[in-house]
Amino acid sequence: MTAKYDNMLTPTEIAAIDHEIQVLPHKKAAVIEALKIIQQHRGWVSDESVAAIADYLEMGAAEVDSVATFYNLIFRKPVGRHVILLCDSISCYVMGYVSLYEALRQKLSIGYGETTADQRFTLLPNACLGCCDHAPALMIDERLYKDVTVEKLDQLLSEHQ
Amino acid sequence: MERPLTQYIRPPGQPPLTLREYEMKGGYAAVRKALAGISPEGVQQAVKDSGLKGRGGAGFNTGMKWSFVPMGKDASGTKYLIANADEMEPGTFKDRMLVEGNPHQLIEGMILAAYAIQATISYVFLRWAYRYAAQLLKNSIQEAYSAGYLGKNILGSGYSLDMYLHTGVGRYMCGEETALLNALEGKRATPRSKPPFPQVSGLFGKPTIVNNVETLCCIPHIVNNGAAWFKSLSLSEDEGGTKIYGVSGKVKIPGAWELPMGVTMRELIEEHAGGMQDGFGLKGVLPGGASTDFLTSDHLDIKMDFKSISSAGSRLGTGTMVVLDDATCPVGFVHNLQHFFAQESCGWCTPCREGLPWVERILLSIEKGNGTEEDLRLLEMHTQLLGPGNTFCALAPGAMEPLQSALKYFKADFDDHIKEKKCPYSHADHLYR
Repeated sequence: MTAKYDNMLTPTEIAAIDHEIQVLPHKKAAVIEALKIIQQHRGWVSDESVAAIADYLEMGAAEVDSVATFYNLIFRKPVGRHVILLCDSISCYVMGYVSLYEALRQKLSIGYGETTADQRFTLLPNACLGCCDHAPALMIDERLYKDVTVEKLDQLLSEHQ
Repeated sequence: MERPLTQYIRPPGQPPLTLREYEMKGGYAAVRKALAGISPEGVQQAVKDSGLKGRGGAGFNTGMKWSFVPMGKDASGTKYLIANADEMEPGTFKDRMLVEGNPHQLIEGMILAAYAIQATISYVFLRWAYRYAAQLLKNSIQEAYSAGYLGKNILGSGYSLDMYLHTGVGRYMCGEETALLNALEGKRATPRSKPPFPQVSGLFGKPTIVNNVETLCCIPHIVNNGAAWFKSLSLSEDEGGTKIYGVSGKVKIPGAWELPMGVTMRELIEEHAGGMQDGFGLKGVLPGGASTDFLTSDHLDIKMDFKSISSAGSRLGTGTMVVLDDATCPVGFVHNLQHFFAQESCGWCTPCREGLPWVERILLSIEKGNGTEEDLRLLEMHTQLLGPGNTFCALAPGAMEPLQSALKYFKADFDDHIKEKKCPYSHADHLYR
């Protein structure tokens, strides 16, 4: 019997998930990788995607969702074209990340967990980025920015349209 | 002064050594040496004798940890070796430096550690945020396969090892070794009860060793130069080697440096970090990351080794210290730490899941000027309730370390908040929550 959601995954996504399953003792172990793969292709993980992954890996949807919602960087809501991860941990606190947050909030008119109306940016807090000697730090998508100041923000943002 | 771990790390902005360049500097000689003529037990013994203690924070003798893995006839089936590169302890940035600076050194250390326990599968568990490190590791693992240091029958020795890179999706808990195993198995990263210990029943129920990146980077040098040499690098008894120390906060030159194990806090802060920034005084220090007890300026002449820091009432932890300056409010500082711990609690056990958000809220209330004497008693009570023995793993007890010591050393600051009904510090970085 073909499961209901099987056709929700693209051949490319299935190939990538199969590649992960191949080196694991059982299918379920690939669930985090599957979530990452879906997110990579679709930007976020919808309820339908959760169900599709569950079908494909022969797990319950609730089980997949319990994993999906556990991890900070699996997005269960749509995000903007670019995701800003602002480090809010201790060294960045001491070095003034809160002024970066205030400035971002003003410039983008969004708070944590929100996306700009033009879908350009989503702003999220992130635990220590391991860049404490160049605090405060933030990431935009996969790029790390060190020693960030309020003055530098416009330039950083303009690099991501 | 010898700096084995960082000697070939190039200045920031330059790519690390390629496999060929690493070999030219003597890289992979330790793998050749071990596979050609040292038994797995011999490698274990050398590491045990070297006094290498786990650099992830626990400080357990690495060779001893390996010795609990079943060997020979007792061992059937797959065994795993995992490099814990999920560096997420706030204030810690040493493993990033090692992986980005010399990825082949980590791979070589992993091959040797895997050989010592006769593991056939190895993983690097790397946190997502380290994108550059991920790219370097991917390429370097490929290079190591091509050169025959990984794969089947390594260098004709009959020993085989596969290596995979797993990038996490963000959760502090993944740094706890049993939670890391659950994450690798595709589950929520909650801790497992011990026993059984991972050495006997770890990843997918098989014997497994999880070692920190810095720990593994020490192994090639121990195999090449011997246990006695490694011990001699240190200024401390029974704790061999160098250590990657770091300092962040309002010092002149924040950074990380490889120094002999056992330099003093004063040397680190005043010489290497250049002292405090002008206009700022030192009020306290978290010696080894967010989950270690504060020490103060009275402790500056203490050696930064596991034993000395612990006699002073704190922990060496990761050895990367965060400095609290006299213009930053200690209540706000501790609130930031507790916000982190409350958010990162996996929710598996009640004291941590319920207790940490309470602690966070009480601290915020005090910081905003709404605190009472009763709040201080509640905080004290939580340091007991969330302390060692009441939780599954070390997250909540670790979270209580900076809180209990802040209540001890910075009591006057807490009292002033309550008395004046406001935060007496005039910092621009005010809380927004």
